[in-house]
Amino acid sequence: MNGPGGADVALHAATLRYGRHLIWEDLDLEVAPGERLAVLGPNGAGKTTLLKVLLGLIPLSAGTVTIDGRPPAHGSEQAGYLAQQRMFDPDLPIRGRDLVQLGVDGHRLGLPRAHCPQAEAAIEAVGAGSYASAPVGRLSGGQQQRLRIAQALAGGPRLLLCDEPLLSLDPASQQSVTALFDDYCRAHGTTLVLVTHEITPIAGIIDRVLYVARGRWAAGSPDTVMDTETLSALYGSHIDVIRVHDRIVVVGEGGGPHHPPGGSHQGHGHDRGQGRGDLDGGGHPGHPAQGGHR
Amino acid sequence: MGFGFLLAQPFAQHALLAAALVAVAAGLISPFVVTRGMAFAVHGTAELAFTGAAAGLLVANNAIVGALVGSLVVAALIATLGASPRERDSAIGSILAFGMGIGILLLGFYHGFATAATNILFGNIFGVSGSQLLVLLALGLIVVIVMAIWYRPLLFASIDPDTAEARGVPTRRLGLLFLLVLALTVTGAAQVVGTLLVLSLAITPGAAAQRLSASPLVVAGLSILFAIIAADGGLLMSFEITTVKASVFITSISFALYLLARAAGPALRGRRRYGGPELAADDAPETFVPGPAAVQPRPAAPGQRGAHGHGQPPR
Repeated sequence: MNGPGGADVALHAATLRYGRHLIWEDLDLEVAPGERLAVLGPNGAGKTTLLKVLLGLIPLSAGTVTIDGRPPAHGSEQAGYLAQQRMFDPDLPIRGRDLVQLGVDGHRLGLPRAHCPQAEAAIEAVGAGSYASAPVGRLSGGQQQRLRIAQALAGGPRLLLCDEPLLSLDPASQQSVTALFDDYCRAHGTTLVLVTHEITPIAGIIDRVLYVARGRWAAGSPDTVMDTETLSALYGSHIDVIRVHDRIVVVGEGGGPHHPPGGSHQGHGHDRGQGRGDLDGGGHPGHPAQGGHR
Repeated sequence: MGFGFLLAQPFAQHALLAAALVAVAAGLISPFVVTRGMAFAVHGTAELAFTGAAAGLLVANNAIVGALVGSLVVAALIATLGASPRERDSAIGSILAFGMGIGILLLGFYHGFATAATNILFGNIFGVSGSQLLVLLALGLIVVIVMAIWYRPLLFASIDPDTAEARGVPTRRLGLLFLLVLALTVTGAAQVVGTLLVLSLAITPGAAAQRLSASPLVVAGLSILFAIIAADGGLLMSFEITTVKASVFITSISFALYLLARAAGPALRGRRRYGGPELAADDAPETFVPGPAAVQPRPAAPGQRGAHGHGQPPR
């Protein structure tokens, strides 16, 4: 794998609407080359949508977005994308190494190559060599995720965009996958933008947090954003941010009868994940009305 | 008429060549049909090729051109009405039922040879004229060329559509292109095995091949091989036993290959365990002991929001 360095990302007064629905507005954000940004927020807040804007799949309603000074081009090779995980069908006739290879040349015309050195290097980099020849659907969730990460890395991206990369993994796999991101981005200087429901597993490798909720946003270091005052201002209601050992717990986002702008249906299906975080607020004393499980 | 005598006849050699070309096309698209879950689309297109063929017979006394037009129209309809995979099957079912009704009506108006109708349904490659054989050759070549050009992006879009789209693969346009290629293949295969039995060349070889390997190239090769064995093998057997239609042998060979592949498959690709349970082969730390979910504090209740607020975003 070569070390292509990191891309810089800049959003200025970026606003996104679907019809009358406001997803987020006036987003100003600059991500320096090699920086790691976590994007947090409730379902439907437009986290996945932000990744799709950076991929050039969705245009902004207003404002500008640039990657290395240029508007994101659809299908650009400088961005690696790790879509939200869905398990592959056990009978899908494709091996791990074919999947990774598609990340290198799947968008080009022609027949698949029998051997692809870039794919092999990416498989080695994520430590998936021992099972890369297996049908990908027969592998465990953690193994599949490693191969998908290899696929995203195989093109040598300068910017790595990950959507809930830990969602379906057990805690042990979460740890090892997080370490993988950390090592790879450090070695190659890659810029990382990572959408997640839970900050705790990735808190150690993240430089900055962007929190989007109800059309508004806050950005800064994890300590300044994941803070009672900041999140309360963002949601417009009282939010408790509690630190238990090395875990960060956000309590009190639920309970209201309203579906504010930025409500659950605004993501238009882009946020498909059932955040496990959803369940955590439930049952907390003092917040009796815990609806909102979807 | 002996086997050797038949084999020496130009019409038999043309039939074998046409069947082989149709088999290459069908074998090539077959794994994609299976991966994309489009078996019912094949069936629907084939049934409607029957309607087209009946119309072709009635209007121009040319079943193959009618079948071609019919299957292309259906491919376009499926693409328009069944955009989402879930919608697709019910859309196909609706189109299919109506189209078959029209086909029966058209056949009722046709007063030519009664065998023409059976030939559409069950195939009769020996009844195909020289010029129609050329049409078959052209169809086969178009399918092979289109597939050779778009194979890789089509594979990407079939396996992993979200990532493919992010990488710039035009997944929707490729879906339409595949439907058109499917229509051409179905038309060709219908001449060999008939519209009712197209599935034996367009689905079975791919399904069998996928039992034996997980490598896309190997699967494509095996699928084409199985289709050729079934199509030409069936024709050759019908030379020997002339009282039975070739379609019977073709479908039987195809199914036998499928059964063999299912029996042999587990030994070749299914039974091996890869890495064992959850990252056992990985460097996953063993020390992490997750507590019960209720005790584990996790951040955020992201699905839940409080009441409306009017604060400014903190900057």
